[in-house]
Amino acid sequence: MVKMSYDNMAVCYGAEPGGGAPTKVKITFVDSHGQARSVEGEVGSTVMETARRNDIPEIAAECGGACACATCHVYVDEKWTEKAGKASQMEEDMLDFAFDVKPNSRLCCQITIRPELDGLTVTTPAQQG
Amino acid sequence: MTQTNAAIDTDVVIVGAGPAGLFAVFELGLLDIKAHVIDILPRAGGQCSELYPEKPIYDIPGLPIVTGQELTDNLLKQIEPFGPTYHFNEMVQTLESLGTAEKPAFRITTDAGKTFNAKVVVVAAGGGSFQPKKPPIPHIESFEGKSVFYAVRRMEDFRDKDVVIVGGGDSALDWTLNLQPVARSLTLVHRRDVFRAAPHSVSAMQELVKEGKISFRLGQITEAHGADGEMTHATLKGNDGVEEKIPCSRLMPFFGLTMKLGPVAEWGLQLNENLIPVDTEKFETSHPGIFAVGDINAYPGKLKLILSGFHEGALAAQKAHRYIYPEKKLLFQYTTSSTNLQKKLGVS
Repeated sequence: MVKMSYDNMAVCYGAEPGGGAPTKVKITFVDSHGQARSVEGEVGSTVMETARRNDIPEIAAECGGACACATCHVYVDEKWTEKAGKASQMEEDMLDFAFDVKPNSRLCCQITIRPELDGLTVTTPAQQG
Repeated sequence: MTQTNAAIDTDVVIVGAGPAGLFAVFELGLLDIKAHVIDILPRAGGQCSELYPEKPIYDIPGLPIVTGQELTDNLLKQIEPFGPTYHFNEMVQTLESLGTAEKPAFRITTDAGKTFNAKVVVVAAGGGSFQPKKPPIPHIESFEGKSVFYAVRRMEDFRDKDVVIVGGGDSALDWTLNLQPVARSLTLVHRRDVFRAAPHSVSAMQELVKEGKISFRLGQITEAHGADGEMTHATLKGNDGVEEKIPCSRLMPFFGLTMKLGPVAEWGLQLNENLIPVDTEKFETSHPGIFAVGDINAYPGKLKLILSGFHEGALAAQKAHRYIYPEKKLLFQYTTSSTNLQKKLGVS
């Protein structure tokens, strides 16, 4: 049910929020082989949704964003860890199901894109599930 | 696991007890078709109960808000009048076609040794089977079943062994407590000093550490050492990055479950990107008599919504009726007005 909703979400986010703040930011995903892919992310959506909409590899996101599977594990670039924020307790618990968890590990379904995350870089692990 | 030699005869075998599989029981039941439901998980509900039992679902028609568990419970109640038989903790392994296109017949076997003879099969397997996540330890497969286990089948397999358990949830803690008395040594490895497990298990575990009966290490297992499937050691990489070889003849990683297509791929069905193509009139697969409903099927315009699975089950049941009761004419009826249907539902 939740799983296939990414395309539909793209429609929802089409509306321009007022206030003049940027509605789109650049997000870079570096895969486990070192290849970087930069894509546009919508403010208000999550980094995981952005990855899925852009066919980013190494993000499984099996549960579709319910913070219930730990298959959207990423390492947040050191420069961005503060702005991206810390994992909640629920997210920390779920990270127990991820492999090779590091201090900069996050589940990217739990990172909501804000204008100040423009330029965010995350690295994906080789194995999610 | 139980070993049953006598085959079970039934109209339909439904593979998967998620919402689509459960509601198929209802639609088939209204047409006097009896079902056996098989699921690898220990309970009904599929992803609803496994991934988001407490999370609200907002897109079930008529239910503005319902949790995965509530939906599952309601479906179970709704299909109760039809008396389906559930087979949990079992994975369908083989599906063999014995009949013809006009008169299909199937033999189904499970990994628990059961055999079913069914006239129709409904595959409602969602994203496949939930299977234990395997940690990225090189060559871990070569040790599975002999030294690496994702569940305990027999405690005796662990007697006098050097057991290493990885994880911080209830499975990891429960088995730490249960295996400690039989193991020669037991090491619990977890990435942090916080445990999701029940508090009483955590304090019991900490007590064992204090008494020196088990050891707790912060870090992860990165390598398995041994030969012919028999582990002797494991490499423990501490959170400080220091690696150390520790004795280990039994390794139990507990990293939760992941969805894998599993044996469905070996049933001879046409597959498209791990999904089963169906027609949109009957939701029948490339093989007559085998239907696919819910997240596992594919057709133009498919949406992986629970409500789609409900619709698909209703239409599949119509065609299933023609296979099971070829001589009977199917009369379309409403549960609101048909005394016949109400009798089946036990409400008239």
